[in-house]
Amino acid sequence: MESPTSWLVDLRNITKIFNGITALDNINLKIRNGEILALLGPSGSGKTTLLKILAFIEKPTSGEMYFEGRRVADNKDALQMRTESTMVFQKTAVFNTTVYNNVVYGLKIRGTPKSKISEEVKDALRLVRLEGFEKRHAKEISGGEQQRVAIARALVLKTKLILLDEPTANLDPKNASIIEEIITTINHELRTTMVMATHNMFQAKKLPQRIALLTDGRINEVGTATDIFGSLSKTLTSFAVLENTFKGTAKPTVNETTLVDVGKGVQVEATAKASGKVSIFISPKDIILSKRRFASSARNIFRGRIAEISDTDSVVRLKVDVGKPFTVQITKRSFDEMRINLGTEVFLTFKASSVQIIHD
Amino acid sequence: MNEIFEGLLKAFQLIFSGDPTVFEITLRSLYISGLATVISALWGIPIAVFLGLKDFQGRFFLKSLFKALIGIPTVALGLFFYLILSKSGPLGFLHILYYPTAIIIGEAVLITPIVVSFSANALEAVSPEIIDLAKTLGASEDQAFFAVFKEALNGILLATVASFNRAFAELGVAQMIGGNIFGFTNVLTTTIANETAKGNISLSIALSIILLTIVFGINLIVDILSKRRLEIWKWRAPHLGW
Repeated sequence: MESPTSWLVDLRNITKIFNGITALDNINLKIRNGEILALLGPSGSGKTTLLKILAFIEKPTSGEMYFEGRRVADNKDALQMRTESTMVFQKTAVFNTTVYNNVVYGLKIRGTPKSKISEEVKDALRLVRLEGFEKRHAKEISGGEQQRVAIARALVLKTKLILLDEPTANLDPKNASIIEEIITTINHELRTTMVMATHNMFQAKKLPQRIALLTDGRINEVGTATDIFGSLSKTLTSFAVLENTFKGTAKPTVNETTLVDVGKGVQVEATAKASGKVSIFISPKDIILSKRRFASSARNIFRGRIAEISDTDSVVRLKVDVGKPFTVQITKRSFDEMRINLGTEVFLTFKASSVQIIHD
Repeated sequence: MNEIFEGLLKAFQLIFSGDPTVFEITLRSLYISGLATVISALWGIPIAVFLGLKDFQGRFFLKSLFKALIGIPTVALGLFFYLILSKSGPLGFLHILYYPTAIIIGEAVLITPIVVSFSANALEAVSPEIIDLAKTLGASEDQAFFAVFKEALNGILLATVASFNRAFAELGVAQMIGGNIFGFTNVLTTTIANETAKGNISLSIALSIILLTIVFGINLIVDILSKRRLEIWKWRAPHLGW
């Protein structure tokens, strides 16, 4: 039995209705002090709305909310609580000024003494590996750097709760992994409680201690990664038509690896042991794209053609048809250098250890 | 050709000798248009905030109306003010026709659509996330609003400058309700028009040069300020998080 003080936030029967549409439907969720909780769900499932309620910038239509055991009843409470919780948005927003002025905004609102401010900003920028960026204009740095400024701007406030909305969406792999490292470091070193919305199952499996599955504004399951992924519940599979997620039949090989036949002649080799019906995931970031086959230790090499090209902020996502559609993520620069077009023949290479197996 | 050259030469003599008439007309123009700009900003920016940030019925219509009014002919507005400020008009009792006050009010009304439309556009262009961002960093509703306002400041400043330029360079309102009374209500534009008609080309050229120099000068200063991202505006207001 956990003591009531071990809960930082307690949401009871929270419902949010926008113009007659129910965004959140009777949410009951407790967030532990010091944990990283992932809200995993497809887009439109209510993740962002839930985060905004936790950030006290959106008011629930009905329900009760407790922060450290205290009930947040009215606007006055919410305004006070806003200083205890801060959110980093999916679409990075920066003030049209320097990086320093961006990071300092919340401290000024809180009336932090001037003598402390500069040191705190320096520390926060060091944590997100943007030392010396103080005088740079926030609108003139890269998307990944802007997202790190946004995280520094949240960290510097040392709030009890940090809310991250798809923190690595639209980022190139380098910036995404820096941000994932920062999240882990902050949680370990400062014991800051974090709630992270993601639709990326791979990320949800890697970072948080607990996962809440959200679909259509309802929480379907809450548990550890093993609980959630181990059972591969119906809820998870209902929206788990994520990129590079395939169902297939696994059988052990003589090399003590597993070969998963996902159909259409595609067989994927994985290091994890399994047999029978399974689902597999391969993170788009783990797949190397090349125009020629090259010798490597990677066990999985497939030939295919580019079927779809989509452009985000700093990365290009490509759908490659190798019999089954694989999604690959590469930087814009690589994309330009490789001169890829629709229909171009390419090779996909990834290690057997990059293949995540989930038992059906 | 000769007339233009002579006019130019005399004009420079007038400017550089510090001719009191030229000096006085210039100052009066600056005073009248400056005050008209301040007044239009005082009532125009709150309207712009309302139009730019609040969602209400009829918003689209109001915005279109202000946009259309930007191009209102100055003589038409001058005539309108003449009719309401003349002795028999509804505001005739104020006795301000042919006084600088009349020009100030007339020009303030003339340029209000510019202040409103441009400022509302600037406020609308601020990313909607800024309000939520300011709030999640601890801002109250008022502080969050000021964060948006600050983001739009460049555009609002530009709106104010554009409206000043329009007031400073317009002729119709100043002529029709100011009357171009020498030493009292004559401004740069009215003097240029009337002196040209009288054949006093050199004074007209001198005043035109001053008119253009001031308009260009102000635009240049604003451009430089915008480029430096309004560093000069960094006045201290920590309670607003500025």
